[in-house]
Amino acid sequence: MSSSAKHLQSIDAGHYKNTAGSATEIMPIPDLVKISMSQHIGAPCKPLVSKGDTVKVGQLIGDTDAFVSAPIHSSVSGTVKAIETQRSAVGGEDTLVVIEPDKKQELCEDIKVPEVENLEGFVKAIRASGLVGLGGASFPTHIKFNPRNIDDVHTLIVNAAECEPFITSDHRLMLEDTQDLIDGMVLVMKYIGLDEGYIGIEENKPDAIALLDKMLAEQGHDNIHTFTLQARYPKGAERVLVYEITGKHMAAGVLPADLGVILSNVTSIAFVGKYFRTGIPLTSKRMTVDGDAVNQPKNIIAPIGTMISDVVEFCGGYKTPPKKILMGGPMMGRAIFSDQMPIVKNNNAILVFSKEKATIPEETACINCGRCHAACPFNLIPTALADAYEERDAEKLDELQVMQCMECGSCSYVCPARRPLGFLNKLGKGVVKEAGIK
Amino acid sequence: MDKKAYNNLSVSSAPHLVTGLDTSKTMAWVLAALAPSLLVSIYVFGFRVLILTIVCIAASVGFEWLYNKITNKTQTVTDLSAALTGVLIAFNVPSSLPYWMAVVGCFVAIVIVKQLYGGLGRNVANPAIVARIVLFVSFATQMTTWPLPRMMNVTDAVTGPTPLGLLKGGSVEDLPSNMEMFLGFIGGSMGEVSAIALLIGGLLLIFKKIILPHTPVAFIGTVFVFALAYYGIKGDANALQMAIFHVLAGGVMLGAFFMATDYVTTPIMPMGKIIFGIGCGILTMVIRLWGAYPEGVSFSILLMNILSPQLDAFLIKRNVVGGVKREK
Repeated sequence: MSSSAKHLQSIDAGHYKNTAGSATEIMPIPDLVKISMSQHIGAPCKPLVSKGDTVKVGQLIGDTDAFVSAPIHSSVSGTVKAIETQRSAVGGEDTLVVIEPDKKQELCEDIKVPEVENLEGFVKAIRASGLVGLGGASFPTHIKFNPRNIDDVHTLIVNAAECEPFITSDHRLMLEDTQDLIDGMVLVMKYIGLDEGYIGIEENKPDAIALLDKMLAEQGHDNIHTFTLQARYPKGAERVLVYEITGKHMAAGVLPADLGVILSNVTSIAFVGKYFRTGIPLTSKRMTVDGDAVNQPKNIIAPIGTMISDVVEFCGGYKTPPKKILMGGPMMGRAIFSDQMPIVKNNNAILVFSKEKATIPEETACINCGRCHAACPFNLIPTALADAYEERDAEKLDELQVMQCMECGSCSYVCPARRPLGFLNKLGKGVVKEAGIK
Repeated sequence: MDKKAYNNLSVSSAPHLVTGLDTSKTMAWVLAALAPSLLVSIYVFGFRVLILTIVCIAASVGFEWLYNKITNKTQTVTDLSAALTGVLIAFNVPSSLPYWMAVVGCFVAIVIVKQLYGGLGRNVANPAIVARIVLFVSFATQMTTWPLPRMMNVTDAVTGPTPLGLLKGGSVEDLPSNMEMFLGFIGGSMGEVSAIALLIGGLLLIFKKIILPHTPVAFIGTVFVFALAYYGIKGDANALQMAIFHVLAGGVMLGAFFMATDYVTTPIMPMGKIIFGIGCGILTMVIRLWGAYPEGVSFSILLMNILSPQLDAFLIKRNVVGGVKREK
């Protein structure tokens, strides 16, 4: 199946897929890991271990009773050195379980391949695996796999667009863990009761598309299809991907399940396949390490909790002093203030930029060119929204539908005056929320 | 490098990447797109074209620089918008216009129309258009004395009427051929004579995605259809010829590709751009056919400039976001 005739507006943000040809390297166990208790949207976990405890790979070390949550497992075998708190990338406080690995990587005795008979057992196993949305949202997957309207969902969409510049980890996964991906899709479709499966992939990954097509055909999965997307940003945004594949608009606040779709990231689905093969919970992560300030850009699999400084060290160290380090891609990734932060479940890239590359040029006057409006996948009018935000006019912001903005940053990217339009929308949403407009 | 912690990295909101196409580069592309027309004009009217263009650029940039200096504002001349205004002013006057008059035009455009309104992005009207109109009403004689092309074999005259002037005067039989007009071997403002040169520049801008095709297509299309209908209803056997004539004559090509597409003074909404173009086309033809002046492009663009904020406001209210139209 190929792209449908109608597309949402998109931009060419460049690709910079420098590491597309770099086979994933497994990073050696570092001297220290710090495993965060807040690796998902929702309530943070409470540590289940204390200083001095010995732990093994895959051992449960953090959990909570809260509904929106996912358990956390040790990525290494070793000794708990401390339970400490650290300022998180988003400004709050993170509880970290600090473990000194013994580098033996002994597996926890509890680990066994899950035996599942029905949806309930499947969802339970998914929660026990610690899986969260690995595309970046980190929403606990077991909740997503059990929507309220479970009888109405019919289609699985796997997000393998990887539209963010630089990142190639999903691309490598599709080439290296192809069978896990297919197995994961089959499992998810079987237990949730879905008829059709689509893997949305941008056309700049023809080798992955060809390999998947070949294996799907060989294995007789005629209800699973690859879906070729334009190699443009932001085709991998959830609401954009759903539109491209189903032709249905997905407004903010609408869940994919409301449109009959279960949507999940390719890494999450491949993890499901692997988990049902090995029983090892989510303890390591594949990611792209790139940027002009790192010596050897590559794809790696690192234990969760590895310090970013250690990740960079493994990639040949800093080429020049870093000015900006991103968790995720340059379009929607988060800039972190320190390299002394641990890898978390949803990290798909660590991008390290020098001062030169990190500096966004200074803002100049808006020339009313309309490129922001032409770039917006949802046809918002960023200039008008910026004016309304300037006035803190909640009603106007709401009328212009600021809440529909998904903060993809396309408007900011194309602006010749370098206005932070996407950021202003984010602030504008705050104004609307504060005013209590429903 | 030695192993040390970096704890003071720069943090900012995403995206962390922006396009290389900034305002200066955008203006540079427009300037480049005007180059073919400048070359044809130099060929047709002689070396004074180049000097007058340089004078206009220097005056426009100079006035902006001076204004920013005097009012203690951030210097903005490097955005190249003043240089572009200078070129457009030069393109909108006869090649024989005294330099000091051109400088007056630049003052009007840069200081009065642009800077006093707050500089680039804040002006309501197209500075070059207003400059042309001010010069036209202030120095009517010099602004309507049209040097003849050098390739015209006339011994006794160096100036003469433009094709539209001939038409207004009723001398239909003296009109140049459409091919002469397409190439630009006719009298007129410096930069407006060669349709082919302007078309090349305009297509470059569309190809490079500097402008959208909406306005030029709507503008030129409306002029063509309007003229075809007018001469057709009149029963003119040459209705098609006349429709082509009106597209090639005067400032339609220059206006449609380079003035009616000015970002600042035209609508942001694509539908607004279409309405803007149609409005310019209708007004141009109404002025040409029934007005006192032979040419109406500048007046039509100015009038539509004034309507642009209203057009945008109307369309922004009715914008469909992600398939959802707000009922208000």
